[in-house]
Amino acid sequence: MILRLAIASLWARALTVGMTVLAIALSVALFLGVEKVRTGAKSSFADTISGTDLIVGARSGSVQLLLYSVFRIGNATNNVTWESYQDIASRPEIDWIVPISLGDSHRQFRVMGTTTAFFEHYRYRQDRSLELSSGALMEDLFDAVIGADVAATLDYGVGDPMVVAHGLASFSEHENQPFRVAGILAKTGTPVDRTVIVSMEAMEAIHVDWAQGAQIPGQATPTDAIRAMDLTPQAVTAALVGVKSPLQTFALQRAINEYPEEPLLAILPGVALQELWGIVGIAETALLAVSAMVVVTALIGMMATIFSGLNERRREMAIFRAMGARPITILGLLVLEAMLMAAVGALLGMALLYVGLLVSQPILDHAFGLWLPITTPSLQEAYVMAGVVIAGAVVSMIPALRAYRMSLADGMMVRS
Amino acid sequence: MSDLRVEKGETVLLLGESGSGKSTLLSLICGTILPDRGIVRVAGTDLTALGGGARDTFRAEQIGVIFQQFNLLPFGTVADNILLPLCFARTRRMRTGDGPAAVAALCQALGLPPDVPAMKASALSVGQQQRVAIARALIGRPPLIIADEPTSALDADSQGAFLDLLFEQAVGHGMSLVMVSHDQRISDRFDRVMRMEDIARMSRGHK
Repeated sequence: MILRLAIASLWARALTVGMTVLAIALSVALFLGVEKVRTGAKSSFADTISGTDLIVGARSGSVQLLLYSVFRIGNATNNVTWESYQDIASRPEIDWIVPISLGDSHRQFRVMGTTTAFFEHYRYRQDRSLELSSGALMEDLFDAVIGADVAATLDYGVGDPMVVAHGLASFSEHENQPFRVAGILAKTGTPVDRTVIVSMEAMEAIHVDWAQGAQIPGQATPTDAIRAMDLTPQAVTAALVGVKSPLQTFALQRAINEYPEEPLLAILPGVALQELWGIVGIAETALLAVSAMVVVTALIGMMATIFSGLNERRREMAIFRAMGARPITILGLLVLEAMLMAAVGALLGMALLYVGLLVSQPILDHAFGLWLPITTPSLQEAYVMAGVVIAGAVVSMIPALRAYRMSLADGMMVRS
Repeated sequence: MSDLRVEKGETVLLLGESGSGKSTLLSLICGTILPDRGIVRVAGTDLTALGGGARDTFRAEQIGVIFQQFNLLPFGTVADNILLPLCFARTRRMRTGDGPAAVAALCQALGLPPDVPAMKASALSVGQQQRVAIARALIGRPPLIIADEPTSALDADSQGAFLDLLFEQAVGHGMSLVMVSHDQRISDRFDRVMRMEDIARMSRGHK
């Protein structure tokens, strides 16, 4: 009956209690939301590349290699010669190998030379393959397949022409070898969305008239002549490797890292992703800390609400005392009230979170490629909610102790 | 104050002006405050010898309290209000037996409509609140009823009706009644009338 009376008392103060509960609910929703986004982003981050056992490039740092080969951020310090690439490709442990060649750009998007094997072996978000939303893969030498963001930003459709610029921030364009958009990839939420993909041969073709990073003055080889040339690449920027057996991964990695012909680096994508996440993870920890502080602020708000209501509830406390309630019972009642408010706030916060997720899931996926799965509440979320209720009980101890002292002093004499 | 005794089943009126110590005396009887000297004995138990928690339990078990403003919990139902003392008094609860049935019986005896127990206390008229306040004090038949100026806010007719009900229920069931008031007109209903200034004189005489 005491619990029922506590609920009835809260109900009688519905407006202020409602505001307090709403504040707690919003803070809990924010905290859990940040956690969802954090884990979602981490998972999306980790899911940028999957199914690739090793990434091979010129020797630099593992994070740097990961950044330029997968995230198209930064530049390679050096290339891997075609001979070394062929040498590695011929090793018996290797199941498949996909070369990638970077360095040029189209507008703000990177251009990547590769083979059609890239579309076959590149996996993201666990085991999803790249899919075309329209058009086809490269068939002609000057065909390009563009990512979903490239098509959306530049308003490109299949068949549209495009000219690749030399380098990343250059005004020199390979205008004599224009490409045609052959296909547009479906949205993946990975850097592939912001990539223009051409064949390795095409990368060689557009550099026929170039030497030492600059166009040879007065030289403009006709396209037909280029098509007839041997366009075997001289070098690759990096290579994605799949091994036949996972047991061979470390041995192959060591062999490549100790490759005698040139300094190479082979990295495990998962390990490098973790390393990279460790760097960017500071921000997410800060974000989580801020949202935790919002929860604490909401709970302090609840404490203030209880405090401000104490004087006007002196009569109620005196009635309880006159009926035989001990001061500790009065203290318990206030703590119980706070726990009820915190519990309802936490549950409402959880409900708000899931409504928010339902609404924002497709928007976030479309806009940022961030997929936030809607799953049943996890044990961790249950711990967070329990933590909020316990924290509510702890902060309520301050006004509850004051009520305890007041009820001891007032006794059963009602003072209004 | 060894002279101040209230016998079982006796009705005593304590008369006194505001500030004369009536409420303090009631608090002493109820055990919410302790005397600097001497003892307070209720139903044979020395309250000064009990700890704080035990005094609270003793009050819940032995004393029914009626306030000046009736002081019902407005957010609770009438039944909640009447049954509230039983939450803190095990023996009184066991003596009551079936709580809702006891509430219904008390309400009927006090002339309240049968649907009143389920109503919110805040929805009651003043007359109904009086009756519910009496019912809350009487539930479980505690040996002592303390009433702190329950008629001060009532007109003469309502005052009379309230006292009729209180005496009928309390005295009829052998309970002692100690009521404080500053209204002398109700003196003739009580077995004994004591003035606060006489009690104070008694107290000074014992120093």
